[in-house]
Amino acid sequence: MIETRGLRKSFMSRQGREKKIVEAVRGVDLDVAEGEIFGFLGPNGAGKTTTLRMLATLIEPDGGSATIAGADLRSQPGEVRRRIGYVAQGGSTWDDSTAREELVLQARLYGIGRAEAHKRAEGVLSGFQLSEYADRRCKTYSGGQRRRVDIALGIIHEPKVVFLDEPTSGLDPQSRAHMWDEIRRLRAEGMTVFITTHYLDEADALCDRISIMDNGEIVASGTPADLKREISGDVVRVGLPVDAVAAGVEALAGYKTETYEDSVRLYVEDGATAIPQILRALDAAEVPLGAIELHRPSLDDVFLTKTGRSLRES
Amino acid sequence: MKLVRDTSLIFERQMQLLLRNPVWIFVGVFQPVMYLLLFAPLLKQALQVNSNAEAYEIFVPGLLVLLAIFGGLFQGFGLIAELRAGVIERSRVTPVSRLALLLGRSLRDVVSLIAQAVIITLLALVFDLRVFIGNLLLAYLMLALISLMTSALSYGVALLVKSEDALAPLMNTVAQPVLLLSGILLPLTHAPGWLQGIADWNPFSWAVNGTRALFRGDLGAPDVWQGLLIMAVLAVLAVVWAAREFARSVR
Repeated sequence: MIETRGLRKSFMSRQGREKKIVEAVRGVDLDVAEGEIFGFLGPNGAGKTTTLRMLATLIEPDGGSATIAGADLRSQPGEVRRRIGYVAQGGSTWDDSTAREELVLQARLYGIGRAEAHKRAEGVLSGFQLSEYADRRCKTYSGGQRRRVDIALGIIHEPKVVFLDEPTSGLDPQSRAHMWDEIRRLRAEGMTVFITTHYLDEADALCDRISIMDNGEIVASGTPADLKREISGDVVRVGLPVDAVAAGVEALAGYKTETYEDSVRLYVEDGATAIPQILRALDAAEVPLGAIELHRPSLDDVFLTKTGRSLRES
Repeated sequence: MKLVRDTSLIFERQMQLLLRNPVWIFVGVFQPVMYLLLFAPLLKQALQVNSNAEAYEIFVPGLLVLLAIFGGLFQGFGLIAELRAGVIERSRVTPVSRLALLLGRSLRDVVSLIAQAVIITLLALVFDLRVFIGNLLLAYLMLALISLMTSALSYGVALLVKSEDALAPLMNTVAQPVLLLSGILLPLTHAPGWLQGIADWNPFSWAVNGTRALFRGDLGAPDVWQGLLIMAVLAVLAVVWAAREFARSVR
């Protein structure tokens, strides 16, 4: 449904008098299958939004190629626009318009006739449980309601692919769960959904497949389960007093470790048998132990092993 | 055909929002009426004309052109608010014509300007202004072209600078010399030669002269067709340029 090869984009950035070229996206290859929820996971500034805006024909790529729903991004941008929906992160509704007016207008901008546009608006309003507020002005909506209107606007023309940029950022937990259901519903209706997110749990729970993006490049791709499996075994986190971290790392030299300010992470085959050994090693080196935790690898661990940084920290 | 359809969609939406908030008509008419009431009475003496009617013949066209220039130049602020709300980006992902995104908005500005112009003309009639209806309609065409040009210009600049803080001083800097060099408030007939010389290069000065000729009833004056032609050419240029800004990447 979406195939990109070597997609690139740089921007001129000005810092004081100095002009600098920032390579926002440096050669992205993607293959998104029909009917899946595909996630772009990465920290803010990784280049996710820039990639999405290129795919939505809003900015022109500097290089590379892309085919979206069978249309070539470069040579048929108009065709791409007809086949995709795009929902920006910052919202898209006008304070003094009502949801119904916005929806009808949006449908008509896609070339749909007046009567059909009203019918479609009615349909998505009830689908997104917005009928009750449909004729109130958008400024009276809650954050979650407004976001649902944004998404309804993005799919009113029944696109094959819909791009959602950070669809749940800024929502409270309940609205977030609600939004996840809506996104799954779009998939059930046969749409291919492409989201960006910087939430680990969202990528894990919602997406069929993800690509992890950092610094303009894709560092890993696969299903969340596969990616986690790549990091074999378990993760043991050992909390240590700040001044004892160095000694702790030395005592655990035999393990694959990541060092933090007040802890060490160890990647081990089997956590249950490793913990007694770890404790013994620390004891022998007389390193005071704070806390010890065992967990299955998360996407954060995937990110960590690929980039050397934690997504939570960046 | 698609252009016409898309333009009318955008225009309809913009008019709907405009009428929803009719405060603009009061704000838009208040200032010119103040000029009419508080400034115009000085003119009979200052312009050394015989009657108030004659003074209004000179002053009202200038006032209307002033309104068209300023009204248009400041429309960009509304667009920046739309940019910020994401409305423009939402339109740009649809196959809608980029020219329609501009024209729909600019035509709303033209309509609201003509509405103000009609109110002011009616008030001026009370003050003994007399103008032949055919000439008046041609004068409105001139105003429409001016406001189409200035509003397109303002939208184009708004898309470039993307911030009110940059747009306000920019537009004021453009508007002030344009205003002084166009003989809008007082005709430049008594101006020193060098000032006249510069004013001849100000397209709005031609528009003002043309509009005054129409209010004078002098339909045959070359000022009329020259003013209309210059404004039409500039309006087309401004529209083409601004539509390209809509097509270009904007946030």
